[in-house]
Amino acid sequence: MVRENVMRVRIEEDRCIGAGQCVLAAPQVFDQREDDGVVVLLDPAPPLEESAAIREAATLCPARAITLEED
Amino acid sequence: MSEAVLDPPAFPMPRSCPLSPPPEYARLRARCPVSKVVLPDGRTTWVITSYALAREFLADSRASKDTTRPGYPSPAPGFRAATQGLARGFVFQDPPEHTRHRRMVADEFAVKRVQGMRAYVQEVVDEHVNALMAGDRPTDLVRELALPVPSLVICELLGVPYDDREFFHTRTAAAVSRSSSPEERTSVLGELRHYLSELVDRKEREPADDLISRLIGKYRRSGDYDRERIVVTATMLLVAGHETTANMIALGTVALLENPDRLAELESDPAIMPKAIEELLRYFSIADVGTARVATADIALGEVVVREGDGVIALGAAANHDPAAFDHPGELDFHRSGTPHMAFGYGIHQCLGQNLARLELEVVFTTLFSRIPGLRLAVPARELPFKGEANIYGIHEVPVTW
Repeated sequence: MVRENVMRVRIEEDRCIGAGQCVLAAPQVFDQREDDGVVVLLDPAPPLEESAAIREAATLCPARAITLEED
Repeated sequence: MSEAVLDPPAFPMPRSCPLSPPPEYARLRARCPVSKVVLPDGRTTWVITSYALAREFLADSRASKDTTRPGYPSPAPGFRAATQGLARGFVFQDPPEHTRHRRMVADEFAVKRVQGMRAYVQEVVDEHVNALMAGDRPTDLVRELALPVPSLVICELLGVPYDDREFFHTRTAAAVSRSSSPEERTSVLGELRHYLSELVDRKEREPADDLISRLIGKYRRSGDYDRERIVVTATMLLVAGHETTANMIALGTVALLENPDRLAELESDPAIMPKAIEELLRYFSIADVGTARVATADIALGEVVVREGDGVIALGAAANHDPAAFDHPGELDFHRSGTPHMAFGYGIHQCLGQNLARLELEVVFTTLFSRIPGLRLAVPARELPFKGEANIYGIHEVPVTW
């Protein structure tokens, strides 16, 4: 079943430098790996109410590792 | 329209008000946001004064941070000496080395890990605010609070034993003191490096629950253990985290005391403290020239093409005071939203310790102003000894009373 009312979030792990800005902006969606601080996507299709926080995370990310797909 | 050929202006540029960026930044931005300037060593470099172009450039993989490349700009006298010996640190490397070595230590500064240091930071701040209140007035806020707090937090992080912390702190303070000659500063930095080298030896033999021990373990497991690299990383963390945080404590305190309306706003609504800290970071952008790079290819920036091998500095204070990005950039406004500031830089080299810096600033300002509500400057702000010539902007001494 296709989930509706969600965003698609993609991360490019190779680009990540572990600055943690995404975790500050959208802690429900992003976390950091224990051993190297690299981004962990907790929810690749988060609910729309997270969209402002996710957009902020993408803008803050200094390595431009977060992309959003919005219909 | 004829275009006058102007000689590039000298850099660094003087400030007319110690609490504002050099006025020349705005003139350069209006004339051409990517301009040439002449550095103290007589060489020219590009400076970027627009927020959008600064971000574009710092995110470009052709912007190298390798200080050993010939075109790398030396933004202030003493820069080469200060970075010598750290050239192998990831701060001055490009990918893939940068990525690999930054990740070795990035977990230590992850958002949740830094939150785990809150209790220690609070303890250190409480102890120093108590001592400040028990001492004579006026007193120097820099000596009593701004310098010891980040120094002790770094000690805790690195695993400097309690018995050595007094030594460590007196040396870190001497390394940035204006009463130290350049030779003394270099020699004190040498002492600190020697101390950290011995500390790494000790952690190799007796690992404990601290950053250096964990780093030793990680590199050993990865099969390319190099003890000198650990010493360089520890030295780099000290250099990057000490004076920067101290200067922000000093400047932030002065800015709040000089803007009683903003301070009152903060006191009536403590929940805006995180936004107040972001705004103070933006406003002062103390590591203005921390974003020096060298172009490894021809790069088009707006109407200018920066040539391969040219030095480029994306000026943090200029970008953060660009009216196209921040309305009324010269005002302190704790309700800004949207545009992220570049006080910690941008791109893959953005400050690793930024979350720890935020925590320290939050605990210091919250504690200082709630414990000493009558805090005030003991001399007029314009008479404070600002660090006009330094790589990182700040104030040498802030006499306060209450």
